Amino acid sequence: MNPISTPSFSRRGLIAGAAGLLAAAPIPVLAQQAGGSDAPSAVIDVNRARTAPIPIAVPDLGGADGASEQMGRDIAGVISNDLARSGLFRMIDHAAFIQSGASGGTPNLQNWRPTGAQALVTGSVQMLGGGQLRVEFRLWDILPGTQIQGTAYTTTVGNWRRIAHIMADVIYERLLGEKGYFDTRIVYVSATGPRDRRTKRLAIMDQDSENNRMLTDGRWLVLTPRFHPTRDLIAFMSYANNRPRVYLFDLQTGRQTQLGEFPGMTFAPRFAPDGNSLLMAVSNGEGSDIVSVDLHSRASRRLTNSGSIDVSPCYSPDGSQIVFASDRGGDQQIYVMGAGGGGARRISYGNGRYGTPVWSPRGDLIAFTRYAGDTANFAIGVMHPDGSGERILSEGWMVEGPTFAPNGRVLMFWRETRGSGSRGAGFSSRLVSVDITGFNERVAPTPTDASDPAWSPLGG
Amino acid sequence: MNVKTLGAFAAVALMAACSSKPPAAPEATPTASAAGIVPGSQEDLVANVGDRVFYDFNRSTLRPDAKATLDKQAAWLAKYGNVNVQIAGNCDERGTEEYNLALGDRRAHAAANYLRAKGVAGARMTTISYGKDRPTAQGSDEQAWAQNRNAITSVR
Repeated sequence: MNPISTPSFSRRGLIAGAAGLLAAAPIPVLAQQAGGSDAPSAVIDVNRARTAPIPIAVPDLGGADGASEQMGRDIAGVISNDLARSGLFRMIDHAAFIQSGASGGTPNLQNWRPTGAQALVTGSVQMLGGGQLRVEFRLWDILPGTQIQGTAYTTTVGNWRRIAHIMADVIYERLLGEKGYFDTRIVYVSATGPRDRRTKRLAIMDQDSENNRMLTDGRWLVLTPRFHPTRDLIAFMSYANNRPRVYLFDLQTGRQTQLGEFPGMTFAPRFAPDGNSLLMAVSNGEGSDIVSVDLHSRASRRLTNSGSIDVSPCYSPDGSQIVFASDRGGDQQIYVMGAGGGGARRISYGNGRYGTPVWSPRGDLIAFTRYAGDTANFAIGVMHPDGSGERILSEGWMVEGPTFAPNGRVLMFWRETRGSGSRGAGFSSRLVSVDITGFNERVAPTPTDASDPAWSPLGG
Repeated sequence: MNVKTLGAFAAVALMAACSSKPPAAPEATPTASAAGIVPGSQEDLVANVGDRVFYDFNRSTLRPDAKATLDKQAAWLAKYGNVNVQIAGNCDERGTEEYNLALGDRRAHAAANYLRAKGVAGARMTTISYGKDRPTAQGSDEQAWAQNRNAITSVR
């Protein structure tokens, strides 16, 4: 049997229905990769990915009837779109296909070699009745002619997009040797109306911009949503009753609750990696301090007290350190301190001010927003946690607020275009993703102007 | 709130103002009522006092022009002792959202602290920061930015 390592796909929003919603079962393996285990069969150096994306063929999945065939086409489309947008795969044009991938057995891999594809996805869809759907898929390494993966999923028809994303994640992981990020969502701030009277709502969508929906009604200004690492929960800032404070939004119930009671404004929330506490900034009239709040007891602990603006805290993935922005030295710069506070050391020394530091889930990089002194001219970049190796990934009139995909491979941020004239004509605000190599920059389409993206964990 | 209470508060405030300063009588009423503006209203504050003060880039220190405006606001608030205000700090777009929330908060507090030092009771004032989220001027140039770095006083 082929060893099958399926990603954990317990999206918090779907668990509500049934924990066993997505059942995965191995299907008979026809050809097995030598060595087996978790070793990816076609490892490429992801740092060379820009010049050598993996050519892959994803024909439509087969089906015994019209509805199944249509679903097979739709699923293949979602998978293709995920892989193509990552920039790490080159999709072979369907026109080059010699045979369809519909058959359930072993495809004649000889027929796929002329297409230039290195990998092939085949599979089939079966409507089970009762609103259930069964999807089988296999991933083939064409040149050696081996099956890399064979998996079947059963779920409700309404989950078909998730199944496609989960399959794309399996393909990504098997071929690249690192986890994917397709079965994820983005929470962000949707903005409508003129700039001086914006209506802002929390919004959420799949990472491929599908299933967009508004979470709040726009009555109160909302800012800076962030995903909880393991629960279906979002921390954000709301101006409810004209008292700007950090709130929690429960995605299952829609309930909003204020987090803690502080005399000053609370803002810039960020969950701890273990999900048990949250960091945020609390204003004190002269600036702001960084405070940790226990999500269960709601007890709070002040971690900085510099008399300056300490803001935008974020834990390292192991929870041992906190990176934050502060103007304690004059201009805003990035500092790292122990998780208990104290011993802060500056790590940003480039040209300009630095803010919004976020630690990569891999632990090896800190992404930031940098802006030059007296012009707008913002940049998104990364540096190592000791401040070395700074690289700028994207620049613009205004780019801000990076958030990492759960595999640490892709960043999303927002880009505002410069408005012209006294009315700021032509102003727009868009979500943009970029590979941490600085390549493959793409707009993530949203129905309205958008800002403040936050990437969910895998399966979240 | 009833009219009787309003009257009582206003009378007390006026006497207090008179005791510490030369009467500021000519300031408000005549021109205001001619324009149909209710004394002690937001319109009155905007038209006859100035509802906002401005800051330099990335600063929250009060410039001389800001102090002059706040002096007039303090006198006006002394005259209309029943009026409570919110002071909202704002920033231009050159800064991150989160940093600007803190900077706007500093600006609002700088203005409120000055008013308090000039005798306005702290209980009559609330502060709020909108960071860079509520630009008055929608352009993206120095002229617009200068207008957007402010603390705006509004009657609540």
